[in-house]
Amino acid sequence: MAERVSGLAGGLVVHAESLGKAFGRSVVLRDLTLSVTAGEALAVFGPNGAGKSTTLRLLAGLMAPTTGELCVFGDPVAHPDVRRRIGLVAHQSFLYPDLTARENLLFYARMYGFADAEARVDAWLERVALADVAGRAVRLFSRGMEQRLSLARALLHEPDLVLLDEPWSGLDADAADWLGTMLLELRGRGRTIVVATHDFERGLAVATRVLIVHRGRVAWDAPVQADTAATLGSVYREITGAVAA
Amino acid sequence: MSAVWRILHKDLVLELRTREAVSGLIVLVLLILLTFTFAMDPEGAGNAAPAVQWVTFVFAGLMAIQRAFLVERENGAWYGLLLCPIDRGAIFVAKMASNVIVLGLAQLVLLALLALFLGASVLAAPLAVLFVNFLGLIGFAALATLFAAISVRLRAREMMLPLLVLPLLVPLVICAVEASRIVMSGGTVASAGSWLRVLATFDVIFSVAGWMLFEQLVQE
Repeated sequence: MAERVSGLAGGLVVHAESLGKAFGRSVVLRDLTLSVTAGEALAVFGPNGAGKSTTLRLLAGLMAPTTGELCVFGDPVAHPDVRRRIGLVAHQSFLYPDLTARENLLFYARMYGFADAEARVDAWLERVALADVAGRAVRLFSRGMEQRLSLARALLHEPDLVLLDEPWSGLDADAADWLGTMLLELRGRGRTIVVATHDFERGLAVATRVLIVHRGRVAWDAPVQADTAATLGSVYREITGAVAA
Repeated sequence: MSAVWRILHKDLVLELRTREAVSGLIVLVLLILLTFTFAMDPEGAGNAAPAVQWVTFVFAGLMAIQRAFLVERENGAWYGLLLCPIDRGAIFVAKMASNVIVLGLAQLVLLALLALFLGASVLAAPLAVLFVNFLGLIGFAALATLFAAISVRLRAREMMLPLLVLPLLVPLVICAVEASRIVMSGGTVASAGSWLRVLATFDVIFSVAGWMLFEQLVQE
């Protein structure tokens, strides 16, 4: 694993040039240009409707851009080999409510072609503290448990690029802290992280770089520095006219 | 091929656990068939059986096909599938296969009920009847699976799927009804050959088109 991560070091993971995305007449992204290098942890802030979720879905290959060019790991994101290197945690958990936690993870592990699917799933169930309820249907899970299982689903294949859309939403303080620790651990292991959130404090705690997206464009892009936490609120207010969360 | 099996296995486990598609389908088949049985003159009911069979099958089948994609909508599991590093055509093949299994079961029940209620001669040439039904089933499943995948994202999907699919199903229904009429009257597969050739062509075109176009059609 260390070999794979070092092989990426400094390499361009995401290259998006003048991306645009429209749904019918509704234009969500316009001229979004973005580069992310390996090992960066990007926190993306912006008001509702700014285009954060759409950007993540484009990066994950769930949508095709209407205009512009997007390469992830140097290839078009639609390629299965590129998708293998991406993990996405979204608003929805992508889990089957009528399957158990273990069955859900096993299904995804086998879809990724792991020969050691069972051992891998058991390890992840332990890691997200759901081993005790592994045989329970996901329909019976609380929001926090489902979010932890969703994280296990997204990280099961050890992706090089981890995309998270509002990962702290609906979590209690303990679960949110746990998630922050998990993201810092991933960052420490050289994974590239892009997290879209309204939560400034938690986003900044894991980020090495901050982006403010407004009206479908990157309005501000800066590395995280000692004074970022103090200045971000006023910058955000100036750009978006909204008060930070 | 393993991706197809994984998705198919997951769909069958979910269906066995909830039994939503099969039970809903069989109840609907029974209701439509009962309505026809009471509405028709008993004298001519046997002759009308092939038409009744395929009309019942198409309308009940459309409901079951929608269900195959609705299980993927809850919690956005559909996107989890699309993220997997597989040829997305495998999703189409798996969904079509699970629809063939569920609809095939319903078709067997429908044939038994046709014999019981309308006196249809489904045992006149049982292998020929099964062959005609199989060809009709494959074509229906291929076309309806393809359009169900497209319409599942639409808000008015319950209305849109029949509107999109029914006009395209006309050739399949005509051929299936004519071929069923021939084999239920004791005719051989060869005597229904011209209708079966059109059915087989329909099956190949929409199965291959579905597999090839699926990637583009599911991309938002």
